[in-house]
Amino acid sequence: MLIEAENLSKTYTLHRKTGRLKRERTTVEAVRDLNLSVAEGELLGYIGPNGAGKSTSIKMFTGILSPSGGTLRVAGLEPIRDRKQLARRIGVVFGQRTTLWWDLPLRDSFALLHRMYAIPDTRFAHNLKRYVDLLDLEALLDTPVRQLSLGQRMRGDLTAALLHDPSVLYLDEPTIGLDVTSKAVVREFLAELNREQGTTIVLTTHDLDDIERLCRRVVVIDHGTVAYDGELAVLRSRVAADRTLVVDLAAPGPPLEVPGAVVTRVDGPRQWLAFPADANAAELVSAVAARYGLVDVSIREPDIEEVIRQLYSS
Amino acid sequence: MTVPLYALIARQSFRRYVAYRGAMLGGIVANTVFGIIKALIVTAIWRQRAVIGGYDLADVLTYTFVAQAMIGPMSVLTNNLDIPSRVRSGDIGTDLFRPVDFQAYWLAQDLGRAAFSVVGRSVPPFVAGALLFRVRVPLDPRVWAAFAVAVALGVLVSFALRYLAAMSAFWLLDEKGVTGFMNMLTMFFGGLTVPLVLFPGWLGDIATALPWASLILVPVNVFLGKLSGAALGGAYLFEAAWAVALLAAGRLVTIRARQRVVMQGG
Repeated sequence: MLIEAENLSKTYTLHRKTGRLKRERTTVEAVRDLNLSVAEGELLGYIGPNGAGKSTSIKMFTGILSPSGGTLRVAGLEPIRDRKQLARRIGVVFGQRTTLWWDLPLRDSFALLHRMYAIPDTRFAHNLKRYVDLLDLEALLDTPVRQLSLGQRMRGDLTAALLHDPSVLYLDEPTIGLDVTSKAVVREFLAELNREQGTTIVLTTHDLDDIERLCRRVVVIDHGTVAYDGELAVLRSRVAADRTLVVDLAAPGPPLEVPGAVVTRVDGPRQWLAFPADANAAELVSAVAARYGLVDVSIREPDIEEVIRQLYSS
Repeated sequence: MTVPLYALIARQSFRRYVAYRGAMLGGIVANTVFGIIKALIVTAIWRQRAVIGGYDLADVLTYTFVAQAMIGPMSVLTNNLDIPSRVRSGDIGTDLFRPVDFQAYWLAQDLGRAAFSVVGRSVPPFVAGALLFRVRVPLDPRVWAAFAVAVALGVLVSFALRYLAAMSAFWLLDEKGVTGFMNMLTMFFGGLTVPLVLFPGWLGDIATALPWASLILVPVNVFLGKLSGAALGGAYLFEAAWAVALLAAGRLVTIRARQRVVMQGG
């Protein structure tokens, strides 16, 4: 196992001013009894609402934060105690901030990392060439980071995180703010990295497209602990989100009355009907067609976003 | 040849300041103008008495312009470390997971900054002062070499003090009170506002024993040739002892900060 967390927890003590001199101590359990095993070569979706404890747990995995309880091993190391050793085994990319040096050209940032991570020269040259080619960075190497677009910067950050051949790559919102093309580039790159190099990837994101396109296994964190851990497909079926039948009628009219379905929205001649995921759609369509003048129909599957929302609210 | 990591960090920091060299112009002008004003004031004071605190007029004029030249390298007026802003933005997380020594990483960056400051900001005010006033300029290259060592040790002390102040950002939402207070202490006890030789008896004794004496007073005394042989060794030892003690305090603070780090902004 590359990451093994057992009953991992993190509590913060907050001091809040309640009066002129009085202070109130409150304890916040950011992570509690979190259990997680990630095997080598997995591409894991690590998701959950804001403040659920995703970032806090990842900071513990990377050795930035010390756990308050439980045990944690990453790549056979104890993150806090073996922080420097661990640092050479992991790569981290934050979508919202850069790990590069703002004023330095990409090339100089990479040169600094070369020394920081004590990457052997041949290895460094090989990796740099590989990622520069894959991510099309050649023309940007002499540009200071502050002058790069968000998509270019993200490609630079990905390269920076991978030059030392980390066993595990943590990505925090790697596609946030990117345009469609840049998103596709990043996703394709990650899929290939995982497939070809066997790099373990832990992907935190609010963009559920990322998850649908990349991850088979999904871990949902809620209230500081694991709310779901399993295959994406199972998650989708477990939370029985309704499907939606969209019907275009011959003329606008009052909400339809059909057994087994509820109208959720009316817009002129178009109406939206929610019906259970396991109900027979064909029967429903024929029931509508038998009573009303039907012009067109379409069925929408619940998207992952809806599934997650249901999971959080339950 | 491979450059050692921390030397490379210092060099990149140096380059970073080269990229922003335009911003230095204001500093140069201000340091020069204030140097001239201070020179006029000390000239008026020394007219009353030929020697004060062992300094004659040429000594104190030299002090004045060397002090102006030290403002940049010793970062007397500002904290100049990005630690607080990186704590606030959460970028500090990047610095914390790197396989480097956190304190040494910031020291290396600060040395790069100071080196650039010597080249880019120290020379003009001093040259202006030497042209306009009767300033002593050592001719013996050994004095210049000894001066360089005293300045380097002074930069270490300066960094160690500013680092302690900047690290308060890990505990406080707004560290400006602490860094501002530190800057004020540095200006006063460093002898930038009033030359340390003008401090009366007991205050002078205290001031010359405090770490800030390493920033301006010790380098100036070396520059004036007042320290040589054993006295020079003693002065170096004084600077080095403060540097070691304050850097050690910084290490303890760093360990504590790591234990309680709460990254802002997720």
